[in-house]
Amino acid sequence: MTVSDDPGQTSGSPAVSELPEGFQVATEEGRLLAERLADSGRHARKLLEVKNLSTRFYTADGEVHAVDDVSFELDYGETLGIVGESGCGKSVTALSLTRLVPDPPGKIVSGEIIFDGVNVMKLSKNEMRLLRGKRIGFIFQDPMTSLNPTLTVGYQIAESARIHLGMTRKEADDRAAELLGKVGIPRARDRMRDYPHQFSGGMRQRVMIAIALACDPMLLLADEPTTALDVTIQAQILELIRSLSDEFGTAVILITHDLGIAAGMCNRVNVMYAGRIVETGKVDDLFEHPRMPYAWGLLDSLPRLDEQRGERLRTIEGLPPDLIDPGPECRFAPRCGYARDVCREREPELSDRAEEGHLARCFGTEPGGWIK
Amino acid sequence: MTTEEPKVQRTEHADAQTLVEAQHLKVYFPVTAGLFQRRVGEVRAVDDITFEIRKGETLGLVGESGCGKSTTGRALIRLREATGGTVKFDGVDLTSVSRNDLRKMRRRMQIIFQDPYSSLNPRMTVGSIISEPIETHDLAKGAAKQERVKELLALVGLNPNYTNRYPHEFSGGQRQRIGVARALAVEPEFIVCDEPISALDVSIQAQVLNLLVELRKQFGLTYLFIAHDLSVVRHISDRVGVMYLGKLVELGPPLAIYDTPAHPYTRALLSAVPIPDPKAERRRKRVILTGDVPSPANPPSGCRFHTRCWLYEQLGRPENCRTDDPELRTVGDDHRAACHYSEETLKSDVGVAHLSADQPTRMAIPEVVADPNASGGSAQGEPA
Repeated sequence: MTVSDDPGQTSGSPAVSELPEGFQVATEEGRLLAERLADSGRHARKLLEVKNLSTRFYTADGEVHAVDDVSFELDYGETLGIVGESGCGKSVTALSLTRLVPDPPGKIVSGEIIFDGVNVMKLSKNEMRLLRGKRIGFIFQDPMTSLNPTLTVGYQIAESARIHLGMTRKEADDRAAELLGKVGIPRARDRMRDYPHQFSGGMRQRVMIAIALACDPMLLLADEPTTALDVTIQAQILELIRSLSDEFGTAVILITHDLGIAAGMCNRVNVMYAGRIVETGKVDDLFEHPRMPYAWGLLDSLPRLDEQRGERLRTIEGLPPDLIDPGPECRFAPRCGYARDVCREREPELSDRAEEGHLARCFGTEPGGWIK
Repeated sequence: MTTEEPKVQRTEHADAQTLVEAQHLKVYFPVTAGLFQRRVGEVRAVDDITFEIRKGETLGLVGESGCGKSTTGRALIRLREATGGTVKFDGVDLTSVSRNDLRKMRRRMQIIFQDPYSSLNPRMTVGSIISEPIETHDLAKGAAKQERVKELLALVGLNPNYTNRYPHEFSGGQRQRIGVARALAVEPEFIVCDEPISALDVSIQAQVLNLLVELRKQFGLTYLFIAHDLSVVRHISDRVGVMYLGKLVELGPPLAIYDTPAHPYTRALLSAVPIPDPKAERRRKRVILTGDVPSPANPPSGCRFHTRCWLYEQLGRPENCRTDDPELRTVGDDHRAACHYSEETLKSDVGVAHLSADQPTRMAIPEVVADPNASGGSAQGEPA
């Protein structure tokens, strides 16, 4: 296991046996990726480093700044939450990480994405497919639309094992049955022959998780994985994700609008608002001492299961801003009760707060600021 | 008939404070097959439930999808015909009144739907959406009607001059306000709120929830508040009912339901709800229910929850859970549950352990300190 910060330093021949048949390394980064795939150790400082990522959508109404100058890191095996309301850019961030933003109308306009030491932006299309298949598993919100209704679930799980792990049909089928059992589907062998419509919503999401885990990925990208499910089924699926990520040491990026889910599942949380990360920190710090008015406004507007009935919930008035040509001001300023002139003139940087790794984008809570 | 009140004999009801009363209410949907739509079975969406809604209270109804909570709400105002049982509204049996009388009764009961996108006609202006019920019930005409529409818009926090706009020009939260205005147009006494905030973003949910609470106070409304979000229901309700597979399994004041639940399903449901507090989350004792909700077309025998019940397993699978369907019985002050072993359930700390540990830790919200160099003008965004 080598630790290297500079991908350029490593050399040598890639372990061809790990690569699918006929795969051609096209770029320098691709060569590095192939090398890394041969050995699943920790290679880099972080599993994922995102630097100044910006993604825009070019629409008839104008340029939508969906993700704007987003930077964050993810450790090997860590669970990171990205929370925010619809349109804040959390899903587009996930799509950008894997270069799956529909183009057109979307485009990653700037930024660097380093996954396990490999510069993702420099990979060729084929190499990108290799990275996604072998290193990153996806779970989306709606399992019915992300599964192919015309293929058996056994086939769909085995498919990725065959393509990405080069298994024979028999081996892949065994792997699929094993995975189905692992995600808690009873009579896994028999159910391999069933089609997605023969499963309930929760069971379908289990199938999705089995597919995501088929190639033993280092990162699981879960975009609102339980939003379409009932609360008792949600608890089952979250428990499953938690135990599997512990068992395999898989890092998880969990995208959710539910602060309760983030509180229970994540080590660290990024709060997004209007395309920006507005606060980030360890889960305890962030929920106990949020340092951005949007973050505590959101927490305060939630009725809680463990609280007796209150008269009135505090609310965040108004609506999120239009992301077509956002102005120079703090994007939350128009809805913020604490905002002062400076907030309406320019946008604060994401800067350090008292606790380690806790950053917020707010003039008011900066050292010497007016919010205590 | 010229009178407003339908000429139906009012029966004496047990409690003068009761506004809506469901007795042995059943709603079955036929399952048909083949060319001639032969009836091959039935889905028991609501299966023999009895409860009452008191004047001026908010009864929260929770449960997972397919448990029958929405069907119950619709049957109460006869948007769905009951298969069996009765529904009395202010003493009048709705299941037997004529269509004509029903229409008059409907003025007193309204519904707010979940999806603010599909429940408003996209081709109608907001003005015509809200004035339609006013016309139907002949409540106002001409200028008075226009005035009333503006008044209603202002009441729900929308700009009164928006009458000529179309639904697509509004955000989800604003559309839901339009839905509320439409329901209020006929000055109802009873409103069925069917998942009114589920489709909205978190920061918008609180706005609409506050609006509903204010209107309840202002007009003395009675709500049936149907939701799957147990935290929201706790916040808004005077009493809470829990449904599972077409049955009402527990009914009582929030404190009883949330702190001393007497039905194992309620406890499982509570323990599954995430709490936005990492420490509380780590402290909780969870029961993860295994399996899915059984099909209401073929519900399990005896207690419908026994196939997934943790207490049933813990008690060594007692026979009566499999054979006898438990009745809703009193287990505490104004607290009813349908479980043979409620006393055992009450002794457990499952699902509520996080509550007793200590009080929730909400952060103290920093105070707004006036800017000494303020250039004037409020920083607050315009109210939605």
